Amino acid sequence: MTQGSSLALAVGPRDHIQGDPDALVKLVEYGDYECPYCGEAYLVVKELQRRLGDDLCFVFRNFPLSNIHEHAQEAAEAAEAAATQQRFWEMHDYLYEHQNSLEAEDLVGYAKLLALDVRRFTEELVTHVHAERVREDFLSGVRSGVNGTPTFYINGVRHDGSFDIRSLLSAIQARSRNAA
Amino acid sequence: MPDSTLVRNITVCETLNFRGRFGVIQNFPAGEILLDADIYYCRELVFLCETLSGKRPKHRTMIMDSRTKDSPNSREVVGSGECHTEASSAQALSPGASAPDFCLHVTPDQTVSLKDFAGKILIIAFYPADWSPVCGDQMALYNEVLPEFHRHNAELVGISVDGVWCHLAFAKDRKLHFPLLADFEPKGAVAKAYHVYRDQDGICERALFVIDEQGKIIWTHVSPIGVNPGADGILNALEENDNKGEAAA
Repeated sequence: MTQGSSLALAVGPRDHIQGDPDALVKLVEYGDYECPYCGEAYLVVKELQRRLGDDLCFVFRNFPLSNIHEHAQEAAEAAEAAATQQRFWEMHDYLYEHQNSLEAEDLVGYAKLLALDVRRFTEELVTHVHAERVREDFLSGVRSGVNGTPTFYINGVRHDGSFDIRSLLSAIQARSRNAA
Repeated sequence: MPDSTLVRNITVCETLNFRGRFGVIQNFPAGEILLDADIYYCRELVFLCETLSGKRPKHRTMIMDSRTKDSPNSREVVGSGECHTEASSAQALSPGASAPDFCLHVTPDQTVSLKDFAGKILIIAFYPADWSPVCGDQMALYNEVLPEFHRHNAELVGISVDGVWCHLAFAKDRKLHFPLLADFEPKGAVAKAYHVYRDQDGICERALFVIDEQGKIIWTHVSPIGVNPGADGILNALEENDNKGEAAA
């Protein structure tokens, strides 16, 4: 909560990780699929991954603000349902690329497009089997001092600046220098 | 004790010659009342009275309603009760202090007061303004964390100087499930009582208080005005309080 808040839950096997978990830079995002700022940040992260390549490990955790974003919780559960079929990142990307179409039927449509087992996917959504996991992510964010979406952690420390490419890159460079 | 929702002025117990963080008071006569403009002296006056008497004054009794100049002379109360020492760098009332009572409108015809939360833990989130970006994020976050607060037997209220109609529109727009109280008339009186009013801006600080079942402040945090403090500090305070309760049981 104070400046320099740090990640309360270390990156581990429960996480969705892109890149080498032992990479120089670990970037964790707490995000909401319906949040327009997270939609902007999605593109920034893609650019960071392009620029930093193997030096970057990216982790995404759910932080749905479901009272103001009525589709955010279900979208988060949809990504988790895709994860049980090893297609988390495809769904994650698809959701951020279609932020304005997150109704239940849209989500099922995306599952079809990604060639998931749609019956299983739908059943998991309807019975909210992933709600608890999403809440765990959310609470780990609260305990880490997440105060809005998106919130980023660079090597475990909250990034308090803006999330444009230049700010994130310079913060990452500063953190890596500290680590080196 | 007069109506403490109108906490404003302090009756001076000794002639004051005092140099403090916020300025200098010279030859201020005993028995006179320091007015609103001098509100920043409050925190130092508590220390001062403590120093003069060698005892701890009861802070809330020293702060008097502006309408009741004939309130008990604070000389009488110096030496009685307890005092919060406000050791933190912020001026806000510190843990250990009794939470000043309040009675504020939550709708045009309903009020909420501190005693409505008797037997519960109360979280007060003072914030600068409805609709501002940071406040919106902060209230949206607390709205989502509300079930966790309830799990600790805690209720949450938000307080700003906005009026009830503004609060109602803001709460409806953001689907807030906790009350927003209007510290509207006299403006900022409750924020002043908690020492979290920004005279220069006419708004509340972004300040958090956790108040226990007995009405005692157990945690305080004042955030820089533009920084959303998140909810982790509140949850830590609630957990610590639970642990204390368990240890005592």
